[in-house]
Order: sequence, then structure tokens, then C-alpha cells
Amino acid sequence: MSSVLVLDDVHVRYGGSHVLQGVSFEVPATGVTALLGRNGVGKTTTLKAVLGLAPRTGSVLLRERDIVREPTHRIVAGGIGYVPEDREVFGGLTVEENLRLVGPAEGADAAIVRELFPDLVQRRTQRAGTLSGGQQQMVALARVLLRENDLLLVDEPTKGLAPKLVTEVADVLARVAESTPVLLVEQNLPLVRRIADTVVVLDAGRVVHRGDARELVEDQALTQELLGVSMRREGAA
Amino acid sequence: MSTFLLIVVTGLGLGALYFLAASGLSLIYGLMGVLNFAHGAFMTAGAYAAWVTMTRLPSSMGVGLRLLVAVVVALLVGAIVGVVVEVVLIRPLYRHHIQQVLVTVGLSLAAVAAVQGIWGADPRAVARPEVMTGTVGLLGARIPVDRFVYLAVALALFGGLLALLRYTRLGLVIRAGVENRTMVEALGIDVQRTFTIVFGLGGAVAALAGVLFSQYAGSVSPGQGGSLLIYAFIVVVIGGMGSLTGTAVAAFAVGLVQQLANYYAVSGVGDLSVVLLLALVLLARPSSLKGATA
Amino acid sequence: MTRPTPATLLRVGLPLLLLAVLAYLPYVPASIPGLLPGRINGPGSMQLLATCLVFAGFALSYDVLFGRTGLLSFGHALFVAAGSYLLTVSLSTWSLPLPVAILAALGGTTMLALVVGGVALRVGGIAFAMVTLAFAQAASIIVLRDPGGVTGGEEGKALNRDAVPSILVGVQNAPYRYWLALAFVTVAFVLVRLLVRSRAGHAMAAVRENEGRAAVLGLTTYRVKLLAIVVGSFLGGLGGVVHALVLGGSSPSLTSAEFTLSLLVMVVLGGAGSTWGAVLGGFLYHYADARLVEAGGSGVFDVLPDTLRAVLSQPLFILGAFFVVVVYFAPSGLTGLGGRLIRKTGAS
Repeated sequence: MSSVLVLDDVHVRYGGSHVLQGVSFEVPATGVTALLGRNGVGKTTTLKAVLGLAPRTGSVLLRERDIVREPTHRIVAGGIGYVPEDREVFGGLTVEENLRLVGPAEGADAAIVRELFPDLVQRRTQRAGTLSGGQQQMVALARVLLRENDLLLVDEPTKGLAPKLVTEVADVLARVAESTPVLLVEQNLPLVRRIADTVVVLDAGRVVHRGDARELVEDQALTQELLGVSMRREGAA
Repeated sequence: MSTFLLIVVTGLGLGALYFLAASGLSLIYGLMGVLNFAHGAFMTAGAYAAWVTMTRLPSSMGVGLRLLVAVVVALLVGAIVGVVVEVVLIRPLYRHHIQQVLVTVGLSLAAVAAVQGIWGADPRAVARPEVMTGTVGLLGARIPVDRFVYLAVALALFGGLLALLRYTRLGLVIRAGVENRTMVEALGIDVQRTFTIVFGLGGAVAALAGVLFSQYAGSVSPGQGGSLLIYAFIVVVIGGMGSLTGTAVAAFAVGLVQQLANYYAVSGVGDLSVVLLLALVLLARPSSLKGATA
Repeated sequence: MTRPTPATLLRVGLPLLLLAVLAYLPYVPASIPGLLPGRINGPGSMQLLATCLVFAGFALSYDVLFGRTGLLSFGHALFVAAGSYLLTVSLSTWSLPLPVAILAALGGTTMLALVVGGVALRVGGIAFAMVTLAFAQAASIIVLRDPGGVTGGEEGKALNRDAVPSILVGVQNAPYRYWLALAFVTVAFVLVRLLVRSRAGHAMAAVRENEGRAAVLGLTTYRVKLLAIVVGSFLGGLGGVVHALVLGGSSPSLTSAEFTLSLLVMVVLGGAGSTWGAVLGGFLYHYADARLVEAGGSGVFDVLPDTLRAVLSQPLFILGAFFVVVVYFAPSGLTGLGGRLIRKTGAS
């Protein structure tokens, strides 16, 4: 199976702290790959390292092209869509402006946007800052889907959302993953079991486990050991 | 009554010049967080570029036409200076805001000294076309026409900048960048290029302010840009650090307060009253001093 | 009694040795051609060195704000000018005796610092810089308008010579003014060193490093910053007093935007947050400023084309450009650069 993204020995140092200590893993060219781990082990930093938002060394290959020296905007324009933690939509801009920022709708996914987010079409003149958390998440997702992507990086998209919205977001991600590979940071294990194919687990800035998503999630002892949690959060997905 | 009208119009005209001086500063600060101390040098560059152009052009050309050509030259010089300063001096210090301020401080000191070395410290008279020296009767008052010229230019610029921010792609990127630069970058947009464009734009507007201020003063001098810059700072702070509408309102308020205080109190009190106004605004509503666009 | 370690000896001994050498200079009749005008103990050199020392003290006082507390103030000149003008005006217009005039100058400057600092600190960061510049500009306007004829406008205000001890007046007494300046810079140096080691000094460092965290630690950052402004302004005002005594009056150039910016340039040139850096920066800045004027007039640049010569004959052009270079290539200033070189040669 070919990989869309290959990280090899990626290090990130912030001031005195060594946040990523040689992270290596591959993201398959299809389906959802979940990046798991306890809080503060470097999951968000890994996404930022891929995007050049964190100072990194090592090698990051996107479709066999090393992007470690490229600036963020070129990496993103080169085919990576990023949905950050806490949405980070532009609160002072309208929904439409938030979407237009990415450029005119072009990708095959653009149709998906209209189909998946009918709500946003209605609210296009509303300021994004006045939307609910769930609606903001939809904006954050929609604006990356407007462009052709080789890969999506999605950081905790269900954080702080009501169960019904969690399901909606999961549906969208599952649908998107049919055409575009997704690297997903997520704490919600039922959701991971539902939509992820493979998992990568980080601990203290290193990869400690790689494997099949379902196998990991269903192995209570292993999830307890690696993540410090088992499937307590029921029914969310 | 007619005196009052004259003072109000003069105050508004002066406010218009302050707006011209402050808007570029405000735009640059709002987007990049850079306090551009060299903005005064940009104004001086524009004023001298215009003055040199006007003296070089054949005197057979009308003064008005020469001034128009000079304004175009000044706009170009200002834009080029802005772009060069951004690319050469500001960009390598990306995100080091204090160092950026320091570099522009050094630049402003060196630039004023250079101008002084080449053209001397004394003010040089500039030619003013009839449009700028004449007066017009309004409700019994004789009001210099140039006040209306400054007002018209400032209003056109204000409208133009608002339209730019609201209706163009560049404006959209600027507004988004003011809110969250990193995220704009993470959506695949080259923010750096936008910075350069905004700096060029700021330089051009500053140069225009410099030309018009030298018309108002009737002369160019090396320190002119620097003294105008201080009022621009006051306007930007009162207007809310990066808000264009706030900057416009503050500019006219400062111009009016200055002229009224100068006339109705002792001459010279006007300049102080502006600083007092700043102090009052700071004491009354420090929370208003956050960045915002439009 | 414990034996002092070599490090302590160096830290205390070196400044004392330097102080002794500097204090002895008025007895040295030798001349250093090119570096100083005439003999070292001649009035020209003494006056130049005295002014350089006063500037070293100015830089020390500004570093309390910028280097120690991280406050980018463009208004420090206001307090230097306040000290200078309050002294000269007290002596001539109000006919106060010298000790009372000095107290009035220092007290007035400190009060002014409380008020101006109190208002300006309502905003932080870049806005603080802009606001302080505006306040300093207000002082410039007042001084130049010459209200009631007390400040002397563009001419400046001469020191009332009858009101100061005769040893501070006249060309032949330049060494006494030099010693006065040396005493001032010594006092400022010791006070800043003591301040830095005190609880307040640690609080200032905490505010400089991370204001958010300092607030979390329970420090009222507003008060810490206000304290820095008041202490810095007190020292600056003292410098203004000494400046007026050394130069025989107050000059409106002390209120100019150029001067307030040059304080920043001095501190950054020498190395912000370092006592030696500030001393060196202030001293060298004034020395370069004074000597470059002469170099410009002496025909050193005559071989260059006219325009370039005209530009280079402006000391501020050279200093401004040099400052930009320092910000890029030696962000920790000359002392930082020196320290790095010493460590490098020591290691190899």
C-alpha cells in the first residue's frame, strides 16, 4: 500500500523543551489514520510539524516530495488541508468570506460542501464569530474541502461538541475519507473505532504503537496501557 | 461665526492630513503588529521627491500640473521605499516586534540625517498652485481652498481603503490576517506577500501625506515627517490601534481640538490639548485599544 | 572572615580600579592625538569626557525601563529634560538656593514620572511606546513655546552662575565638572546594581521575561512597571541636573524626539539589560556624536562625491545606520559581542 505522507525522525524543539523526539510513521493513501495519545504527548505538534507551523527537523514527505524546508502556505497550497484544534475560524468575517478566503470553489469536494453543509449556505452572511461551536466546526471543515487535497489534517474536531454534532462531524469525515486520506487527532475512541482504519499512538514525543484501529480500540488492556483510558465514553459515535 | 467656520474647516483640513499620515501606519500595525517608526521618513521621502520633481520640471509647465506630476512621482517613491524597507529590513525580523521597531527607529534617524546632509536643515519653499492658495467665500467666511482639497483627498482615501478592505481579495486576506495570521498561512495563502503589498501601500499613502503637508506648510524640511508622525501616533492610539474608521474619527477630532484650542485659548495650547485628549482617552477607555479593521 | 573568591574580586575590583583611573585623569597631562581634543586634562577633553559620562548615566537610567523591565518607552527624555529645566528655572526664575533647587528638580521629576507613568501604563507594548512619545513631545512643545519666558525657548535656559559654587563654573574648572559627572555615573551604577539584586529588581526581570506569568505569580505588574518608570526617571532627572551643571544650562535638544530615540540607541548599542552595556553605550554614543561632527568638518570625507560626503558628515546618519547593523548582527549589543569574543578566544 502506498503512503501519502511519510514522517521520518521528525524532531521539534520549543525553546528548552524537546517536544517531538524522532517521530516516524506513514499515513496510507486511503482512509482515516488516527493519531492517538494522552494529553501533551505531541499530537497537535506533529500536525504542526507537518505544516511547518512548528520548527522541525527530519524529513516529511508528501507524495514523495520533501516539504520540510517549505513555508506553510506552500505546503498547504501543495495539497494539505488543515482543520485546527479549536476551529480557528475568522470570527469577524462572514461565513461566505471564511470560505472565499480559500479561493473560488474548484475541487470535486466543493459539491460535497454544498451537500454536507446546507446550514452554512443559509448562514453565509452571518459573522462566523456568532456561530455555535458545531457550526464553526462545519466552517472549518468546509473551507478545506473547497480545495483539492492530497491529505487532510484534522485536529480534535469533536472537542466540546454535543453528541448529535459529534455524529454529524463523524459522518462528514467518513464521507470525505472515501476520496481523501485523513490524519485525525481524536480523543473519542468510539469515533475512532467507527471511522479510522489505522492508528498511530504517541507517548512523550515518540511513536509507541502502530496498527489496526479496531484491534487497538477493542483491546482494553492495550488502550489502558497506551492511552490511560478504555472505552468509557459510550454511544458518542 | 465666520471665524468659527474658518477654524472648523481648518481643523477638519488638518484632521484630513492627520488621517493621511495615520492611515498607513494603522494599516501596517493592524496587520503586522509593526510600529513603523520610519513612517515619518516615508512622508519626508514623499515630500522631498515631490519638491525635487517640481523644481526639475520646466517652469513653463503650470504649477498645478507640476504638482500633479510630483504627486505621482511621490506615490511611486513612497511605494518603492515601503516595499524595499519591508523586504530588506522588516522581513528578516519576522515576529521580533521590538527589533522591528528598533530597526525602523535607526532608519528614521539615519534618513532624516541623510536628507539634512543633502538638502540642508533649513526649510525649502515649495511652489503652490492657485488652487491651494486661493480662498472661497462660505457663509460669510473666506476659507482657504486647500482645506477642502485635503478633506477631499482624505475622504477619497478613506472610502478607497474601506472598499479595498471590504470588496477585494487583498482586503479579505488583510482582514483575516489581522485576526489570525497563522491561520491565513495555514489556509495556503502567502501572508508575507500581503505584508509587502501593505507596506508599499502604506509608503505610498505616507508619501501623499508628506506632499500635502508640505503644501499646507508651504515648505519642506527634514524634520517635517517626524513631527507629523507624532500626531499620527496619537491619532492611531486614540482611534484604537489598527481600526481604519477609528483612525478617521480620531484624526478629525484631533484636528478640530487642536485648532479650536489654539484659537480660543492661547496659541500653542492646541498642540498640548491634543496630548491631553490622548491622556483622557487612555484614562477613560483603555480597553478600546485593541486591534480591529474597518 | 571568608576569603573573597577571584570572581568577586574581579566584579568589585575591576569597577573600582576603573573608577580610580577615571578619577585620576584630570592629573594626566598627556595627549592622545585623534581621540581627544588636546591634553587629557585640558578643558576640551575634560568637558567632552564629562558629557560622555553624563550620557552613560542617562543610558543607565533608561536601561532600568527598557533593559531591566522590558518597557519600550519613547518618553524618557521628558524626565531628563524635566530635571535639567527644573534646576535652571528654580535657580534663576525662582531664585532658590542650589540644594533646594536640586531637591525641587528631583521631586518634580519623580512626581511627573508618577503621573505620566500612571497614565501611559494604561496601555501596554507598542501603544505604550507611542503614548510616551506623545507625552515627551508635549514637553518639547512647552519648552519651545517658552511660557512666560521661563524656559528660554530655542535658546535654552542658561544656568544662573551666581547660584552655583564657583568651582563648577568657568573653563579652568572643567575637572571639577568632570568629577561631578563621574560621581553621578558612579551613583547611578551602584543604584542600578542594587536595584537589580533587590526584590523589586527580580520582579522587574519577571515582568520583562513573561508578563503573563509574572501576573500569575501574584505580582502587580502595573506597580512593578510604575516603580521602574519612577526609579528610571529619578535617575534620569538626576542626570538632567548634572547635565545642566556640567554644560552650564538647559538645552531644548533634551526634549527632542531625536534625543529620546537616541537613549534607546545607546542602550541597545551597548547591550540592553547590562549595566556595563548601558555605560559603554551612552559613553560611546555621545563620544561618536561629538567626534563625528569634527570628522565631518575636518575634510576626512573630502575624497568622496559631494552627496555621499554630505550624508556622511551627519553623525546621526552614521549612528542610525550603525544601530540598524547592530540590531541585526549583534542583538545583545557591544558588550554581548565582546563577551562572545572573549568566550570564543578563551575556548580555543
